[in-house]
Amino acid sequence: MLEGIGYLSLTIWVPIVAGILILVTGGDRNAAGQRALALLGAMLGFLVAVPLWTGFDSASAAMQFEEVGAWVPAFSIWYHLGVDGISMPFVLLNSFTTVLVVLAGWQVIQTRVAQYMAAFLIQSGLINAVFCALDGVLFYVFFEAMLIPLYLIIGMWGGPNRVYAAIKFFLYTLLGSLMMLVAIIYLFFVSGGSFEILEWHRVGLTMTAQMLLFVAFFFAFAVKVPMWPVHTWLPDAHVEAPTGGSVVLAAITLKVGAYGFLRFILPIVPDASHELTWLIVALSLVAVVYIGMVALVQSDMKKLIAYSSIAHMGFVTLGFMLFNPLGIEGGLIQMISHGFVSAALFLCIGVMYDRMHSRQIADYGGVVNTMPRFAALFMLFAMANAGLPGTSGFVGEFMVILGAVKVNFWWAAAAALTLIFGAAYTLWMYKRVIFGKVANEHVADLKDIDGREFLVLAILAVCVLAMGLYPMPVTDVMHASVNQLLEQVAQSKLVY
Amino acid sequence: MIPPLSDFIIALPEIALLLVACLVLLIEAYTQSRQGAYLAAVFGLLLTGLLVVYTGTPETQGAFNGLYVNDAMGALLKLLACFAAIVAVIYSRQYLADRGMLGGDYLGLLLFAVLGMLVMISAAHFLSLYLGLELLSLSLYAMVAMRRDDVRSSEAAMKYFVLGALASGLLLYGMSLLYGLAGSLELGAVAETVRTGARSEMVLVFALVFVLAGLGFKLGAAPFHMWLPDVYHGAPTAVTLFIGSAPKLAAFAFVMRLLVDGLQPAYGDWQQMLAVMAVASLAIGNLAAIMQTNIKRMLAYSTISHMGFLLLGVMSASLAGYSAAMYYAVTYVLMSLGGFGMVVYLSRAGVEAEELDDYKGLNARHPWLAAVMAMFMLSMAGLPPFVGFYAKLTVLQALVGAGWIWLAVVAVFFSLVGAYYYLRVVKIMYFDAPAAADTIPASHAGDARILLSANGLAVLLLGILPQPLMTLCAYSVQMSLR
Repeated sequence: MLEGIGYLSLTIWVPIVAGILILVTGGDRNAAGQRALALLGAMLGFLVAVPLWTGFDSASAAMQFEEVGAWVPAFSIWYHLGVDGISMPFVLLNSFTTVLVVLAGWQVIQTRVAQYMAAFLIQSGLINAVFCALDGVLFYVFFEAMLIPLYLIIGMWGGPNRVYAAIKFFLYTLLGSLMMLVAIIYLFFVSGGSFEILEWHRVGLTMTAQMLLFVAFFFAFAVKVPMWPVHTWLPDAHVEAPTGGSVVLAAITLKVGAYGFLRFILPIVPDASHELTWLIVALSLVAVVYIGMVALVQSDMKKLIAYSSIAHMGFVTLGFMLFNPLGIEGGLIQMISHGFVSAALFLCIGVMYDRMHSRQIADYGGVVNTMPRFAALFMLFAMANAGLPGTSGFVGEFMVILGAVKVNFWWAAAAALTLIFGAAYTLWMYKRVIFGKVANEHVADLKDIDGREFLVLAILAVCVLAMGLYPMPVTDVMHASVNQLLEQVAQSKLVY
Repeated sequence: MIPPLSDFIIALPEIALLLVACLVLLIEAYTQSRQGAYLAAVFGLLLTGLLVVYTGTPETQGAFNGLYVNDAMGALLKLLACFAAIVAVIYSRQYLADRGMLGGDYLGLLLFAVLGMLVMISAAHFLSLYLGLELLSLSLYAMVAMRRDDVRSSEAAMKYFVLGALASGLLLYGMSLLYGLAGSLELGAVAETVRTGARSEMVLVFALVFVLAGLGFKLGAAPFHMWLPDVYHGAPTAVTLFIGSAPKLAAFAFVMRLLVDGLQPAYGDWQQMLAVMAVASLAIGNLAAIMQTNIKRMLAYSTISHMGFLLLGVMSASLAGYSAAMYYAVTYVLMSLGGFGMVVYLSRAGVEAEELDDYKGLNARHPWLAAVMAMFMLSMAGLPPFVGFYAKLTVLQALVGAGWIWLAVVAVFFSLVGAYYYLRVVKIMYFDAPAAADTIPASHAGDARILLSANGLAVLLLGILPQPLMTLCAYSVQMSLR
């Protein structure tokens, strides 16, 4: 533990303070400086997150880098932060993605630059806090507060139907989280007056209480993930959001929901989780199979990737509900990989949208002829999305399927369908957009990606390949925490 | 028998305020100086606030043969009421000046209304409680009717007066029944009678129904809320701003004095009635607010829903519940001052910025004002990291702690409904294109602007560091209930 301000606090507050500073710089006259300041803030935010990785003790399952401060001690609410092997990678992923998002919005955003950049930086800090919070109220505060910047991002810089999408996004997620608020307050009383999440992991609960808590938490996190059938806000939000918004949404905010399963649902209500495994597995498989088919027929590229995100997240929740190390680690790897791949795909679509102002597959064709460098990178990400061995997409899916075979062959068989569907919708889209003859004069006029765009995509390409070829470092970090989680879940907490 | 001098010292704030109110009336009559009346009112309120601090003690002190009580909760509420009144006066100075309403008559009435609140807050006796209430109400009726050539304003005043008089009648009838039971008008004596077992349970319940109906009217809780939207809408915005702020603190004190100081032992009976009123307020307030196109009406309905939340805190009938309700009242006043304050601030001579459409694209023209308004709206919606979230959290916590989980779920559900219309205001300010003609004046009162900014930042800062205000409310309620 560190004295004074720890790294976790820094990862939270550096981006937020940077965001506020940008807001203070005023209107669009200072846009260039604001962009630079945003990049600086995002880089600093990432730099202070790096020690979390280098200083992490992967042999220990305990919370690390812990910080405890008095926040509202009179009401037993503490500023308690800490990360374990489950949450630490996401703090890094989030801080990393923020840098990319700032770069991605460099030229595209020309109006209200300060507000745009500030929204992303503040959002980044809030999300880091969600992953670090070990106090129930602290978690909840950031969990809800992170809706506000994204609401503004979608609503202010989004597409034509942005208002509808923004409000739908907000209300949907708020519905889930309000249920969780009641659950948190209930747990406060059951645990004898504590908002400590780790304390809740130990408290005994009756089956009825577990079931009700399960429902409340499940609502909150299933909407965020999103699981079928509460996924309908996601395609709308993705289609209308600006590129940066889509990237953050897909790469990070969806992960918050899945993270909630591991931090709240499984350890707090293990018996209810075992009891209701069938439900989550069923919903996950519906997401994998049915949503995969839905993705197949999309004519809008962003919508296609949005549905593909839901299908991939179905894999994650399936992995979590297998209650074996392969499943959970596979799910976690899948989350990180999806963070890279979906971010990259949305950036690729953004690259084309900036030039053509269309997301319709039908408007494209033969892009490879005018944008060869772009086509090559896009190819890699499409393959990763389809789960090609050697890319990060393969590792997680393979682990989850292996884990599923151990539990139930048919679950594994159904889940494996994603390899087919995923390849089908991604590669078919890729073929229609990139290959073939040059479809029209707009495509003929396309300019290949510039240095900035290339840099962003290349960094992601390196990440995708590195994770795919050598995932060991990432899984090593998780082992201890995942095993401890599984031990917790295996023990019944029932009281009568 | 003349009460001892020490009693007068305890009541110094009220005495000072009375003198200042008279002085404000005289200043304009003799010097024709409107500015002088304004300054006298502001500094008079400031002086009253200081005297409240001076006379305030954590211990409970009675005075004037049990008519008056000075306790920690009362002192805090009085201080905040004076503070809220000052803020309301400063916000509305320009508005009133533009409309020729700034003067001794308006400010005098306002000071008398504050005096009524202070008396209510410190009442330990049905008589003083009622006196304070009527002084407040009569001043407010007159303030609503200030623009007598305005049809809407007169209609609102009429409605307010008739329904308010009816409510007072109900309240008096309930009090007379309680007097019949206890043989005393002192709240302490009534509590004692109820504790030892009322001679007739039926009379007690009857009395409770009437008292609660009267309370419901004054608070603006459903199903006694009918006057509220019309009055908020019809009254000049500056008056709406005032009605929506400090009187809510007095109304909370009123509820506490009557139900907790006087009728605590009968909580089993009033709890159920409050639960019904609270749920009805949440439902009607939140659902009706969705349909409004006028921001004053929308905020009026939102007030009804907030009163529902406040009642939920009281109905928990626990220390945690009362302090949660007090915290809710205080934070609500802070947010309401900001919300209506912004409407007042954005209005200029001849233009009332009271339609929601007037706020279109506010962010494009006045980003800071839009940000401040967004803070008020998000805070009212109960979103962290704003103070409104903690108000809701403490109320829900008290509810769950008292075993009313289903009520907490209902409250949470209506908060979601409420979030929709608050978000709509944010949407209008941030997502919509600005209207062709800028309805907002380019330069405006600087004092109000600074104060509004401070108000907005307070909503944010008290949300990031909620500890001081939360513990202060809890402490004062705890000390008052002994």
